[in-house]
Amino acid sequence: MRRFSWVPILVFISLAVWVRPVAAQQPTPSDDEVNAIASQLYCPVCENTPLDVCPTQACHDWRELIRQMLAEGKTTDQIKQYFVDHYGARVLSEPPRTGFNWLVYIVPPLAFLLGVFLLYRAFRTWKLVAAESAGDPLHAVAPSHGSAPAAENEYVSRVEEELRKRN
Amino acid sequence: MTEKTSPPAGLRRTAPVWVQVLIWVGLLAVLIVLAIGLFHAQNPILSVGSKVPNFTLTLFDKYPYQTSTQVRLSDLRGKVVVVNFWASWCVTCADEAPYVESAWQEYGPTGQVVFLGVDYTDVDAKALDYLKMYNITYPNGPDLGTRITPIFNRNIAMPETYVVDQQGVLVHQQIGAFQSLAEIQSVIDPLIRGR
Amino acid sequence: MLAEFGFGVLLLALIVALFSVGAAIYGYFSRSDRWVESARRSLLLTFPLISLTALTLIYELATGHYELQYVYSVTSNEMPFYLKITALWGGQAGSLIFWSWLLSAFASAVAMRKWDRDQEFLPWVVAVTAITLAFFLSLSIFFENPFTRWWQTAGGGMLLSMFPPQGATLLVPPDGQGLNELLRHPGMIIHPPMLYLGFVSFVIPYAFAMAALITGRVDDRWIRITRRWTLWAWLFLSCGLVLGMWWAYDVLGWGGYWGWDSSEVAALLPWLVGTAFLHTVIIQEKRGMFKPLNIILIILTYVMVIVATFLIRSGLLSSVHAFAQSTIGYQFIVFIAIMLVISVGLLIYRWKDLQSEASISTTSLWSREALFLLAALIFGGIFIVCFWGIFFPIISEALTNQRMTVGPPWYKQAVGPLFASLLLLMGLATLSSWTYGTLKTIGRAVWKPVIPTALLPIVLFVAGMRNVLAYIGLTLAAFALFVTLYEFGRGVGARARTHSENLLVAFWRQTARKRRRLGGILVHLSMVMMALAIIGIEMFQTTTQKSLAIGQSIELSGYTIRYDSLAQFPYVDGRIVTRAVLSLYRNGQYLGELHPRYDLFPDGQPMAIPAIRSTLADDVYVVLVDWENLSTAQTPFKVYHNPLVMWLWVGSFVFILGILITAWPEREIEPAAVRVNATVPKLSST
Repeated sequence: MRRFSWVPILVFISLAVWVRPVAAQQPTPSDDEVNAIASQLYCPVCENTPLDVCPTQACHDWRELIRQMLAEGKTTDQIKQYFVDHYGARVLSEPPRTGFNWLVYIVPPLAFLLGVFLLYRAFRTWKLVAAESAGDPLHAVAPSHGSAPAAENEYVSRVEEELRKRN
Repeated sequence: MTEKTSPPAGLRRTAPVWVQVLIWVGLLAVLIVLAIGLFHAQNPILSVGSKVPNFTLTLFDKYPYQTSTQVRLSDLRGKVVVVNFWASWCVTCADEAPYVESAWQEYGPTGQVVFLGVDYTDVDAKALDYLKMYNITYPNGPDLGTRITPIFNRNIAMPETYVVDQQGVLVHQQIGAFQSLAEIQSVIDPLIRGR
Repeated sequence: MLAEFGFGVLLLALIVALFSVGAAIYGYFSRSDRWVESARRSLLLTFPLISLTALTLIYELATGHYELQYVYSVTSNEMPFYLKITALWGGQAGSLIFWSWLLSAFASAVAMRKWDRDQEFLPWVVAVTAITLAFFLSLSIFFENPFTRWWQTAGGGMLLSMFPPQGATLLVPPDGQGLNELLRHPGMIIHPPMLYLGFVSFVIPYAFAMAALITGRVDDRWIRITRRWTLWAWLFLSCGLVLGMWWAYDVLGWGGYWGWDSSEVAALLPWLVGTAFLHTVIIQEKRGMFKPLNIILIILTYVMVIVATFLIRSGLLSSVHAFAQSTIGYQFIVFIAIMLVISVGLLIYRWKDLQSEASISTTSLWSREALFLLAALIFGGIFIVCFWGIFFPIISEALTNQRMTVGPPWYKQAVGPLFASLLLLMGLATLSSWTYGTLKTIGRAVWKPVIPTALLPIVLFVAGMRNVLAYIGLTLAAFALFVTLYEFGRGVGARARTHSENLLVAFWRQTARKRRRLGGILVHLSMVMMALAIIGIEMFQTTTQKSLAIGQSIELSGYTIRYDSLAQFPYVDGRIVTRAVLSLYRNGQYLGELHPRYDLFPDGQPMAIPAIRSTLADDVYVVLVDWENLSTAQTPFKVYHNPLVMWLWVGSFVFILGILITAWPEREIEPAAVRVNATVPKLSST
């Protein structure tokens, strides 16, 4: 009886040992895990389409590739790097911060700062005029020299001013 | 009586010079960029008759070029180079595969013509399956980083084939699949005739 | 025959438009009213002419004249009738005609208004409008002619030409290629016209601005005239954008409505500048300030309209929207360059006269004027971000031969803080005072709405929310909301007090009389609603994908979706429809059925149509994924849970209502409501 029961156990154990390398792999990554990475990548072929929503056969293959790489234990960064090496930096959803691409990150803040500077200058002008007029409260209508507005223009402007007040 | 206070004369001025210059320069820059972008988008960089820039193709292990897994275009000076762009997900590439392989069988042994297959944005496993399925034997490799394809055509559509002559000048651009072996022969034969 | 007629009338329209330009300019310089009137009438004439062309083209589309290359490319026999008509804007050549048609309609509307007070503007408004019209007409005539036809030459070859080549016969294909399936959706039918309406209608305020600069009448007369035009233009453009979002959400099946695709951003560019312009002109109306800024903004809006049209049409953008490579890119650039140089040149020439006459002397930095200026700056910031996001890939590819993707993460991190500050400003500016406002005056006004606003983070915290960005966004949105409501309530209350009316009557009279104010309040409310929707989907969207066998379920965010059945059948237009039936449950309660579809068209183009269940609280959005082989054993589904999305559509309705109220013609200005109790002595009769 005992000897009889040894054989299946031995077979079972040796099978388990033999099968183990396969079982060492992680369980198949779920669609969600694949999509979590695919959503950060762009389809190398189609125009501006994220990899998780791209419907083509090629994109299907790439998502399966991601699934396989996840099963092998690769990290998100490793997978993304693989895609960049193989297909170029355009698979990333924003340009990598290297070399020429720094421009894409620097120009908008610089332009905005320029705007802030212009605004600052505008406000300073207001304050300057305030300071000047404050010193001379009776400084009323100053007839402009040079480009002297014709009487008609001045009349029109005053009518416009009145209209403006009524609104 | 309407009070009209105008700003003191000193503040009424035309836009300062540096602002004017900045505006004009900025506008000019934008327009020039637009024009350049448009030009590049519409015109191929490479056209028949121009020199093909050098590139390096990393080959699949099973599809080397004379035992080397890397080949540079400049190394192939003196030979006719046929650069064939394909992908495993491209349906019409399969149509022309037999013709291209036959052409390789014909011209390869002469030593005067080299066929290079460039695999465009593909999955390696699928690519190798494709090559096996169509019994392709000429050197093949993936376009790593998609650096080679933009040299030839920014808006490439599979398949495309480019034939470069012995001096490194582009002599033929084939957009779409070859329809027959004779088509390929008609392009290559004139290049190796009389040699 | 018909094609020659359509083309001939188009050519005639161009000649008339060019004549209009010449006559207007000549009439201005020779001070001849007759010539100016002639120019005005010519502009009026362009509308019936172009209408004839457009109607001819529509007729050819509807009756399937496939010898016309355009008809061949956008229609086919199996398309329903209404789609054949809307195919007018389905392709490049037709949509250029459509653009010209709309512009001529607006040009006629402007030409037909009462010009008595503004005679001096007339020649230049006509000229500028006619120049723009002439440009688009010449594109159609010389480069993108929808009336070119297929010919079979005597030698047996095929030729595309307007007029019959020697010895050739007409080639009539039996069927057309048909419109891209993605475009066969109600949203896509009305989105392009609405967007074009928005683009085209901004040409009019620009024309008036140019007229003001040229004639030197740079006071706010031109602003007053164009106030309603600008409102309608803004309304159309905003609706065009929202319709595009609706189409993307409803049809494209990727779970969102704005992907920061280059074409989306391109259409946003004129909207951003236009919105800034809409606000800063209020300051010019009230206080005569910001004149140069307003001119700059309207020039920029006009240029961006042309640039956006160019970007979307020239094939320059890598985008899901991209049309085929076109031949008209350089023409656009030249036109933009010329108009820009002229506009900016005029601006610099008139700069001195644009300095404000009004008293900027006492304007505080916390006044409404200053806050509006700040808002303009922020809109400018968002504009720069969007502009650069589109142009950098173009520059990068031109210089480094490497195509780069500038995608949502880049845009969001740049634009998020800017939009958040706009929400804050919307609240602060509403409560700010004109000219003399100080930090104290704002503070005094703002503490009342701040109280309920401050409660919100506490409520959120107790409810378990931990997303920091969401706290900021929702609190700012709440701030803007409470300020807006408070401001409106304050107005009603004030009226009730001064007129001794009860609150209901006061409410009614307030809304009836102060239309501009109510309109503005509604529009700001709609912005808060849209902000809510955006915060909901950006920060709280969840998604999952799973392959199911029949009977199995997916769970997401408290919802359970059970897979019931699958059917596959052909549809009338030749596509194979695969339709799944799913049941939706939440907490065990049955909520309804969902039917996502996967359509496969004869030419191989697939379309995944989502099934959406919308409530004000959230959307459940289900798509069939990657469907190629019929297998009920493993059907892949993707489910999105999108909170608060419906507020985007609700917000857009409130928005439309708000603009309509503001833009509707107002009654005469209310006479001063002061009761005089003096007795008038009787006149003794003599």
